[in-house]
This record gives sequence, C-alpha cells and structure tokens, in this order.
Amino acid sequence: MTSELNQQEAMELLRTMLLIRRFEEGLIQTQKSGISIGHFHVYIGQECTGAAAIALLEPQDKIATTHRNHGHLLARGADPRRLYAEILGKAAGYNKGKGGTLHATVAGLGFLSTSALVGGAVPLAVGAGFAAKQLGERCVSVGFFGDGVLEEGVFFESLNMASLWKLPVVFMCENNSAGALGQSAGEYPGSTIATKQLIDVVAPFGVPASAVDGGDPRAVRDVTQQALARARNGGGPTFIEARTVRWPGSRPLWPELSTGETDVAFAWEPDRIPMAHRDWFANDGLIRYVRQLFDAKLANTKEILALDATVRADLAKAMRFAIEAPYPDPASALDDVFA
Amino acid sequence: MREITYAEAKVEALRDVMRADRRVCLIGSYFLGLSPRRVLLEDIRKEFPGRVFDPPISEGGVCGLAVGAAMAGLRPIVDVTTASFLFHGFPQVINEAANVRYMSGGQLSAPVVFHILHGLRGGGAAQHSHSPQAMLWNTPGLEIALPASPRDVKGLLAEAVHSDNPTIVVDHARLFEVKGEVPEELFSIPFGRAEVKRNGRDVTIVASSLMVQRALEAAGTAVAEGIDAEVVDLRTLVPLDKQTVLTSIAKTGRLVVVDECHRSCGVAAEIAALAAEEGFSQLKAPVKRVATLDVPVPFSQPLERYIEPTAEKILATIREIMR
Ligand SMILES: Cc1ncc(C[n+]2csc(CCOP(=O)(O)OP(=O)(O)O)c2C)c(N)n1
Ligand SMILES: [Mg+2]
Repeated sequence: MTSELNQQEAMELLRTMLLIRRFEEGLIQTQKSGISIGHFHVYIGQECTGAAAIALLEPQDKIATTHRNHGHLLARGADPRRLYAEILGKAAGYNKGKGGTLHATVAGLGFLSTSALVGGAVPLAVGAGFAAKQLGERCVSVGFFGDGVLEEGVFFESLNMASLWKLPVVFMCENNSAGALGQSAGEYPGSTIATKQLIDVVAPFGVPASAVDGGDPRAVRDVTQQALARARNGGGPTFIEARTVRWPGSRPLWPELSTGETDVAFAWEPDRIPMAHRDWFANDGLIRYVRQLFDAKLANTKEILALDATVRADLAKAMRFAIEAPYPDPASALDDVFA
Repeated sequence: MREITYAEAKVEALRDVMRADRRVCLIGSYFLGLSPRRVLLEDIRKEFPGRVFDPPISEGGVCGLAVGAAMAGLRPIVDVTTASFLFHGFPQVINEAANVRYMSGGQLSAPVVFHILHGLRGGGAAQHSHSPQAMLWNTPGLEIALPASPRDVKGLLAEAVHSDNPTIVVDHARLFEVKGEVPEELFSIPFGRAEVKRNGRDVTIVASSLMVQRALEAAGTAVAEGIDAEVVDLRTLVPLDKQTVLTSIAKTGRLVVVDECHRSCGVAAEIAALAAEEGFSQLKAPVKRVATLDVPVPFSQPLERYIEPTAEKILATIREIMR
C-alpha cells in the first residue's frame, strides 16, 4: 500500500524540514534580540513527522494543531512572511495579529482553529471528521497533538466517538517526552502517565495504533499512508504515536538555541559536531535524513548546501518583512468577534 | 518592618501554612507561573518531600481529587496555574465544590484552595488571559480572594487555607515584583474586609488584584491635577465588604470601579449595582467603569493595550467624573 519517495519528493521533504528548522532558529534569535513574541514553542527535532505526514494530505483534508504549530503550518504551505508577521503580532499576519504564536492558523489551507489548550484541538479534529462523513466528502481530518493530551479526559471522549462512529480521523500524537526532564526539574513538562507506552491506552477502543520513530520520515510516511487510506475507505480512525527525543533547546520553559544553529554538513562531517551536542545531533531526524539522501546518492553535498542557503535567504527576507510590517490599528481589536 | 517582594511573600505563606498544618499539600507547583521567581518554589519542594505533587495535565481530575481529599480531611492547595485552565476544572469547582455544603444540608464541607493566575500577562492571547472571578462570583458557595500587595498575599493565602469553605485565590503574575512590608510571622487577614489603600476626598476608586496597583498609580498622577482619589481594595469578593465601599462613597460622592474582567457582568458591574442600590443618595455623579473591553483577548501588543484597563484610562475616567 505504501509507496517510495522519488527524488523530487525526497528533496521537497528536505526543503520542508529545513524550512521549519531555519524558521524557528530565526525565531529564537529574534526573540533574543529583544523582540517580544510571548511564550512560544518550537518544532525543532520533530520536523520529520509533520513534514512527512502533511506531504501526503490532499487539498480538501483538514488539520488541527496546537501551541506547537509552526511546523505544521509551514509543511502545509503557509507563507513564512505571514507566519512570522503573525508571531510578531503584525497586521499582515494570518490572524491579523489576534492569534500570535499560540493560535496561528490558515483556514485556506484546511486548518481548524489552533488551540493552545492541551487537548483542545482533538475533539475539533474529530468534529471535522464527523462533518466530512455527514457531508459525504472524501476528506480526512488529521489532529496533531502532544503526548500530554493523553492525560486529559477529553482525549478519551474524542477517541471513543471517533471509533464508535468510524470517523475519518488520524490521531497524530507527537510524543516528544523522551529525554525530557519535566516540571519537577523546573523544566518544560514531560509525559506524566501511568501506562508503559501511549499506544496501550488506545487499543481497547478498537482503534488501530502504532508507534513510529518520529525522526524517520519514511516510517512516518508509511504509517500515515495506511491511516489515510483506512480513513478514506470508511475504515475509521487510526492512532499514530510519533516518538522523538526532546530537543535540549525545548527543555527550558522558554526555548533557547542551546545546540547552536544546525550545520547540515554535520551529516557528512560528524567531526564538526561540537562535543557537547554529539548525542543530540546523532539522533536529530533532520541530520539523519540528510545523511540518508547523501548515502543513497539522491543529493550531493553541493545541492544540499545550496537548498539550505536558499531557504535561509528566503527566511531572512521573510523575517525582515515581518519586523518592518506595521502593527494593526489598535481599534481593530474590536473586529472579528462575530461572523 | 522588612520589605520583601510579592513573590517572596507568597512563597513564605505557602511555606508557613505547610509548616503549621500537616494536612496542607500542594497539587501543582507553578504558583509563580513562568516568572523567573518560580525558582523560589524549589525551597518548598525540598523542605516538604512528599507534600508537593506535579500532577498530569488533568485539570478536571485534579480539581475533583482535591475536592474529595478536602472532604476527607486534607487541606489541599491546587495550583491550576493559568486561570483559563480552570475552565477544564469547572465541573468539579462549580458543580461539586461550590454545592457540596448546601446540598448536603450542612453535613459536608470542602476546605480546598484553588490557585489561579488571571488576566493579561502580555502576549497570552485569548486562551491564556481570562479573569474568571466574575463567573466564579456568580456561583454561590465559593469564597474568592484577590490579593494586591505582598502583605495581602501572605495573609489571604493563610486565611484561604484556614477557611472551611472552597476558596479561589485569584492571583496575578504582574504583581510578583511589587515590594512592600510583610510581617515575618504567619498571620491571617480575615475575609470580607476591604482595605483603603489610599485615603482621598474627591473620588472613590474601587479595585481588586493588579487593578489596585493601577488605581494607585492613577491616583498618584491625579494629585498634580488637584484631584484627591481614595483607593479601596476589595481583597475578597466573597464575602464582600459592602460597608467599606459605601463609607468611601459617602465621603467622596463619586465612584470609579476598575476591573480586569470583561466589562459586561464583571466585578465592576456588581460594585456599580451596589452603589446604585445602597449608595445612590450619596452619589454626585454617575458611576463609571474601567474594565477590559468585551472582546476575546488579542495577541498583538497594541491590540492588547487597547482593550486593557490601564492607569491612563483610569486617570482619564477620574478627570471625567470630576468635571
Ligand atoms: C488545558 C491546559 N493545561 C495546561 C496547559 C499548559 N501547558 C502548555 S503546553 C503544556 C505541555 C503540553 O505537552 P504536550 O501535550 O505533550 O505538548 P508538547 O508541548 O510537548 O508538544 C502544558 C501543560 C495548557 N496549555 N492547557
Ligand atoms: Mg510533549
């Protein structure tokens, strides 16, 4: 049922992953330079999951996401200029500055409301699946959410309904808790659940569940393809747990560029990786993927560096656009309350 | 008396109530939110092993567990963190904790404390900026305390723990750096006693939580214009100290209510109603409200600023009412 990536698709996937990585590295630097964007969360270390899964979606499909949304939006084709502008609270932002990093969304790309409440988006994703089924549309609803959502009761209520009514939903749980120290160490929360593994709680609901390495785009692609096919063929929901290691920069409550800017050449010159960050980059899905492309001769170092340079140049322009863009008219705070 | 920060006073209160009463435990540990001061909680964690819990992200279950534990003899203090997350605990807070005493005909009580950080924190946007105190006030059976100074946070937190009723401590992260005199020893501030934080003759400003600080700032500026404003800090909404409010109105004849809730059906609306019903004959001018505008909270700074009750807006309103 699954298909292999051709060279063009493989490079496109790399472009998406680089776009997300560089977008967020830029964001952390911007915040450091004194431009306030509030409390925010980055997708660094999880790019493979969103990039690989979202590449498989059809235009009519729906996506629900969370406070950790930048990667999902970019993978679906959001304009980095308008996304940066939103995160900086500017009028040119997708939400006209009303949402910021927590609620950035692009309705035209099939995104539902981006909820920053843990568990908030999951029933919305199930609802979009319910609507698709009622309306007879061949549309799948994919909910991206963190492992913490399985601690909220609403997750189980949502899963139950999706299973009972065989809704075309993919529960994409991004478990980034491996390597997390958690809140008792004064750091960003890690999984606090009694089950051995997350997928254990899904099986009793009769929903097929599998765990994959979220840093392996091919593995993510395989399980997502199967899940999407099941949903489109009336087979109901699937639960996928994509496991990634917590990026050290996401351990503190406020993200820090603690491993430095990623150097794609780490993929073919591992000796360049600073000693302190060897463990992290050895595991980093982006670097691993670059090495795979390189080893499989799908791309050479020159092509990879050129792609990276283009992505970075575009993002530098996008950030400049966002920084120079005007703030919304203060009185526009009163608009958009009702349809 | 020594001066300490609000954050220090708050942690001292938690420490002292835990030292004084073995039944007290903390469920959740972000009492100082994301502020750099949150490291202060580490001392409590060290001093009371086994009495500080980091629960799963399960506000409904956590709030309910604490209500049950309180009915069964503990004195839990639940840190729900951001006030917006309390909505996930509403079934347990509103429908269980608030009702249990009454619907059991006085047999049961739930001496639980819920702690929330309300209001605009800067860039929190619509889902992290709620001020649910008016919603809570519309629920008979809950005590509601809103500290606004280092001394008050220590005394009110202690009283919340002593109280035999479910109590919500509605706090604000933007108060943490405020400095003030605080007694060293453990003490309680009885609920239902508002405090005149600044004496004045011309106009009464009633406020609570962070808005007390904003009102004091505005009152300070108004002096240069020859306006002498009195600032009344409610300190608790339930029980409400009507008398202090009415006495102040009788003295000044003018009332401005400042409130971080949304304008409609907010705390300010209730205080304005009190003035209309019981202080009408004393009023020389219509009551004015300065509150958050009736829209969800936007992310962008200029938009947030536009809807929020600022010291400038309070000052402009004082000028207007004095005209
Ligand atoms: C209902 C609710 N409770 C608590 C929070 C505070 N909070 C924000 S992110 C987070 C951790 C979420 O973990 P997870 O779901 O695994 O997502 P991740 O950030 O790891 O991607 C918490 C507790 C929240 N936003 N919403
Ligand atoms: Mg997580």
